Amino acid sequence: MARRLRAVVTFVDDLVIGDDWRIALGLAGAIALTAVLSRSPVPCWWVLPAALLVLLPLSIWRTARRRS
Amino acid sequence: MNAEALFLAVFLASAVEAVEATTIVLAAGTARDWRSAGYGAVTAIALLAVIVAVLGPALTTIPTAPLRLVIGALLLAFGVQWLRKAVLRAGGVRALHDEDEIFRARLEAARQAASHRVGAVPDWYGFTLSFQGVLLEGTEVAFIVLTFGSNQHSILLAAVAAAAAVLVVGAAGFAVRAPLARVPENALKFLVGVMLTGFGTFWSAEGAGARWPGSDAALLVLLPGIALLGLLLAHGLRRRSGSRARGAGAAASSAAEAG
Repeated sequence: MARRLRAVVTFVDDLVIGDDWRIALGLAGAIALTAVLSRSPVPCWWVLPAALLVLLPLSIWRTARRRS
Repeated sequence: MNAEALFLAVFLASAVEAVEATTIVLAAGTARDWRSAGYGAVTAIALLAVIVAVLGPALTTIPTAPLRLVIGALLLAFGVQWLRKAVLRAGGVRALHDEDEIFRARLEAARQAASHRVGAVPDWYGFTLSFQGVLLEGTEVAFIVLTFGSNQHSILLAAVAAAAAVLVVGAAGFAVRAPLARVPENALKFLVGVMLTGFGTFWSAEGAGARWPGSDAALLVLLPGIALLGLLLAHGLRRRSGSRARGAGAAASSAAEAG
């Protein structure tokens, strides 16, 4: 039972978090910020695209530097 | 998102996973026993169909905003990973997915395992190899069907698109009895990564309370924007590895001249 549970956790971790947990954490933070800003008159649609624009290049450059 | 876009998105994403699953089933059939590999694949597909049939109607009862938030966030995290890997492969940092190589490795491993019959299954190893491969790749297909389908309240159409992709890819693989190495898998993965990331961004922001300028039309800017970002990153990586290779070559020839 514990082994199956561990396998499920590993699978979900691989599916959602993957190779770079920083991206998942950053995107979760961006979604939370969107939710907070949506309660104010400030437009908040730009938060997630902006997060993507920063997080994806950072993650890719970090991986490229590590592998070279 | 209209029905055609939903069908295309799910079809493409499912086709990529189906190519990988087909490679495993072909290896199990070639090295072991075709009937056992077939039983394994059909059992896994039936199990996945049950999962979609059970979870699908349950998901459609959840209110739209929280559903879009959770499903969108999952899709975004999943899509960014696909996009990231596709960019790293296109930029030469990660090895390209080679179905021929994977097929050879699976074949080698399958040939060395012992054989025994279990009930109606002539070769248990062939059955489990095929079953596990299809179930693992198929779980991602089920995830895509459930996320896209529940968001658009059309799980049936998403399931039909996935089934069509599995049938087309499976039939092609079975017809040639070889891994589908000519399928431009990395380009497809890049495209699917862009779609999953784009729709994940759109839905999770909407679920969190954002209002997109132009409503659904925002996707027409978001998707090409993400594709452009991915292409620029891949181009940057290729330039970087090219200049490093030139630098290493120049250093080697200077050393040779000095020697």
